[in-house]
Amino acid sequence: MISACAVFTLFAFLAGDKGFLSQTGTADWLNTASQLGIVALPVGFLMVAGEFDLSVGSVVGMTSIIVATCYGYYSLSPWIGIVIAIAVGAGIGLLNGVITVATKLPSFIVTLGMMLIVEGGAIGISNALTNSSSISLSAAGPSRVLFASSWGSFDVSLVWWVVLAAVATYVLQRTRFGNWAFATGGDLKTARLAGVPTNRVKVSLFVCSSLGAVLVGIIETLSFNNGDVTLGSSYVFTAIAAAVIGGVLLSGGYGTMLGTAFGAITYGIASMGVFFLGWDADLTDLFVGLFLLLAMLANNRLRIVALGQR
Amino acid sequence: MMTETRSVSQGGASCVMELVGISKDYRGMAALKGVSLSLLSGRILCLLGENGAGKSTLIKLITGVERLSGGSILVDAEPVHFDSPRSARQRGISTVYQEVGTLPLMSVARNFVLGAEPTRGRGLARRVDFAEASRIATETMSQLGIRREIDGKQLVGTLSGGERQALAIMRAVYFGARVLVLDEPTAALGIRESALVLELLLRVKEQGVAVLFVTHNAYHAAAVGDQFVVLRRGEVIADFGRDAETVDKIMQLMAGGDELSQFAMLANERLQ
Repeated sequence: MISACAVFTLFAFLAGDKGFLSQTGTADWLNTASQLGIVALPVGFLMVAGEFDLSVGSVVGMTSIIVATCYGYYSLSPWIGIVIAIAVGAGIGLLNGVITVATKLPSFIVTLGMMLIVEGGAIGISNALTNSSSISLSAAGPSRVLFASSWGSFDVSLVWWVVLAAVATYVLQRTRFGNWAFATGGDLKTARLAGVPTNRVKVSLFVCSSLGAVLVGIIETLSFNNGDVTLGSSYVFTAIAAAVIGGVLLSGGYGTMLGTAFGAITYGIASMGVFFLGWDADLTDLFVGLFLLLAMLANNRLRIVALGQR
Repeated sequence: MMTETRSVSQGGASCVMELVGISKDYRGMAALKGVSLSLLSGRILCLLGENGAGKSTLIKLITGVERLSGGSILVDAEPVHFDSPRSARQRGISTVYQEVGTLPLMSVARNFVLGAEPTRGRGLARRVDFAEASRIATETMSQLGIRREIDGKQLVGTLSGGERQALAIMRAVYFGARVLVLDEPTAALGIRESALVLELLLRVKEQGVAVLFVTHNAYHAAAVGDQFVVLRRGEVIADFGRDAETVDKIMQLMAGGDELSQFAMLANERLQ
């Protein structure tokens, strides 16, 4: 939250007169933040439970290809592609979870492998079916309204994001499942001794993180009227960055969904701020990296203070 | 039948759990050889022994982590076969380990009710009742004699090592432990912190829980124990009641009369 305010002030000062503070400017960074935010929420939740998911980026691309192939290339109902994408996404999440809990391998490696498999698989299938890894479509009808409409410059993805952030906050803070997620990430052995079904917690969160990526894949494909394998590839690390900037511990066991949302906002402001300044877009990463390091230091400090260890 | 006659002879305390000649082999190596002991309600049994004496093996057997190679375990005079820690827990056998048991980055209330959270509402609106959780945690703690004011919202990481150990013990008692197995609860603690945990054990005992206090600290054992069993190389080498032996003698038994107990004797002489 502090980081979001800081970065906002910085770019308001630098790029305020270049349109950053205008309605379009605000909408731009909010839209960017919302799409990253939808991916980052379940990724952050999973990190609270002590696991990583690097495959989300490739799931966005795979979703994009499935939706575009069904809707754009074969001219089927958009819902067919959407349903297939959800099923495939849930399957990928399930596989991530089951492999991680069954083999006890670090999820970092499991989902890195899965990322490459999904990416390669999506390109292969797309090339085999359509002879291209980028398929155009023209979205219309209720699916467009639901996933790709906008009011003025504000996209519907903002609504999805806010609703999901509220749901995720409720689940993490108020439900038994949330308490189990904290415990699972805090200390696996202790959680298990207390009777927490830690494997079930992890597997269901892996499925959720994949489904978050599927949703963003659908939103982006229908908004851009184009399906592309490379869509979402930047989310691999930005989703984790957003969660960490928002105060989720890399080691698990601590974090909030509101913080994760603000982490995504920080990223949104930084990337649009750089854009409005007319700087090279690559500089966005410079700012995000800087904030990531600062956030890590601050989180570490806060945790030590919170635990009264000085 | 045997247990009934026995429980009468133990001055009214009933036998909750009895181990009859249990043994455990690891690939032909005997870790535990025919150990028998009874855990009585409202009594603290101290299981003493040096590292490698078989204490941990015994804990694993009676808490369902590992299977018996021989002998039998009786709970309420009926034979039981634990095939998982869960099945042992269901019979009221709770374990508190030295290092694990609490989560430092979670609040006292969240820690206390973990795995058995009280809830309000139904269906999708079913949520944890944190007011209730907080009440349970603070009430149980004051009942069991924690004097310091502890807030349910406080992070467990802000508690001292002894208080954390106490929290783990108290939640086991609250959730209906009939047999409380404590694996070296004072090993990592200082003197004051150990005293806190030992005092708590006496309160737990008053509530009628059968306590198995596993330790290699003879002084801590002597401070609270009603019955003492000394293990050495997988066998019971001594089994006696309170006041039957001195601390020196206990240490000598544990170490088998080698250098370690010599040091203890030397220390005692110098202090006198």
